[in-house]
Amino acid sequence: MFSAPFAYERPASLEEALEVLAEHGDDAKVMAGGQSLIPLLKLRLAAPGLVVDIGRVPGLAGVEARDDGVTIGARARHVDVERSAALAGRFPILVEAAPQISDPLVRNAGTVGGSLCHADPAGDWGAVMLALDAELVARSRRGERRIPATGFFDGPFTTVLEPDEILTEIRLPAPGARSGGAYLKLERKVGDFATAAAAVQVELANGHIGRAGIGLTSVGPTNLKATQAERLLAGAEPDDAVIDEAARLAAAACDPRSDVRGSADYKRDMIRVFVKRGLKAAIARARGDVA
Amino acid sequence: MNVTVTINGEERSADVEPRVLLVDFIRTNLALTGTHIGCDTSSCGACTVLIDGEPVKSCTQLAVQADGRSITTVEGLAHGAQLDPIQVGFHEEHGLQCGFCTPGMMLVCRALLDRNPDPSEDQIRWAISGNICRCTGYMNIVKAVQHAARAGAAPEPAPAEVAQS
Repeated sequence: MFSAPFAYERPASLEEALEVLAEHGDDAKVMAGGQSLIPLLKLRLAAPGLVVDIGRVPGLAGVEARDDGVTIGARARHVDVERSAALAGRFPILVEAAPQISDPLVRNAGTVGGSLCHADPAGDWGAVMLALDAELVARSRRGERRIPATGFFDGPFTTVLEPDEILTEIRLPAPGARSGGAYLKLERKVGDFATAAAAVQVELANGHIGRAGIGLTSVGPTNLKATQAERLLAGAEPDDAVIDEAARLAAAACDPRSDVRGSADYKRDMIRVFVKRGLKAAIARARGDVA
Repeated sequence: MNVTVTINGEERSADVEPRVLLVDFIRTNLALTGTHIGCDTSSCGACTVLIDGEPVKSCTQLAVQADGRSITTVEGLAHGAQLDPIQVGFHEEHGLQCGFCTPGMMLVCRALLDRNPDPSEDQIRWAISGNICRCTGYMNIVKAVQHAARAGAAPEPAPAEVAQS
């Protein structure tokens, strides 16, 4: 398959990339690893006049853990997160989610930031970033903008990024001492999109749940944040009754569509099951019961 | 646009449109047809090549993205008459039936052994999970990788033995 013709720029620096975007705006499409964009180009679902390949822009590919949190460069690849020793201890949810994305070959090329900007409601990173209350940093010639993950997705395959903006990094607040997370995903086979998936992050404080984050995949027009369930959990004692009720609230927040992967009812119920299991796993990890 | 790659150790260039896919560049412009086109939708792995040692799907890369990179295709596995241990493994363990997935399979397995010379069966199955064998010959593909891993662990053959083989 061949895409429609397009012009191609491979800027050598972020400044150069921002110049090109400022000039071409909506006619340009940013490409990092190309694992979402190239299929769209080939199917001619996208036909930009210009592809701006940021695949070699320096300074955007690192994964860094510091005392005040974690920074993931926008073009860090899925495999870079999967293999990150720095993340393994602090954010098990990231290291657990990464290898569930697509397949090993796609993970060698596809990027975290590219996946977020593609904004597929079946994307995995969106749910994880919602659960972690990530902050997304965008740059344009006009300056820098910090966008909370909750305000990043505007609809299916649509974000709030302006045509002249590039996502440069994802910032995650430092996890509390007693915190844990899990990512549970149902897929028909390796490489398929999620039938349904749930990202859960929990912080414990004095035996109670201090903060809970829940992000959902493939059950709405965008990745969803189960805010009602999160509110119920905050401050609660982590017992079976509250976990069951939070799982029920998360399922009620879903708006799935029936398709070849399953009926809407089935997907909604899988979210209930995954949020319940995810909370139990995250709480156990936060307590240090399991690795 | 001019695209220059080092492919199987040799520098090659061609002038292509930006929309040309890496797999078409390799097959058509560079006339290396060992890299196969299967699904053309990033699902099957038949088009797997190594870019700077890492396996990727060349149907989902633009040729221009690979400019200046080092690429290995199935044609680059053997050194003259000396087969790569992974090729010997596929031969000895009957790791192929129709052979269509084989170039891609051998390349992901080569990359696996380069990172992890002694993989478990689980790790082998995980590594090939992006590559589909429609003959469903996975059992023997796993055995082929284990064969190659054992060969890699064995002491280097003496030069005289290499010359005889």
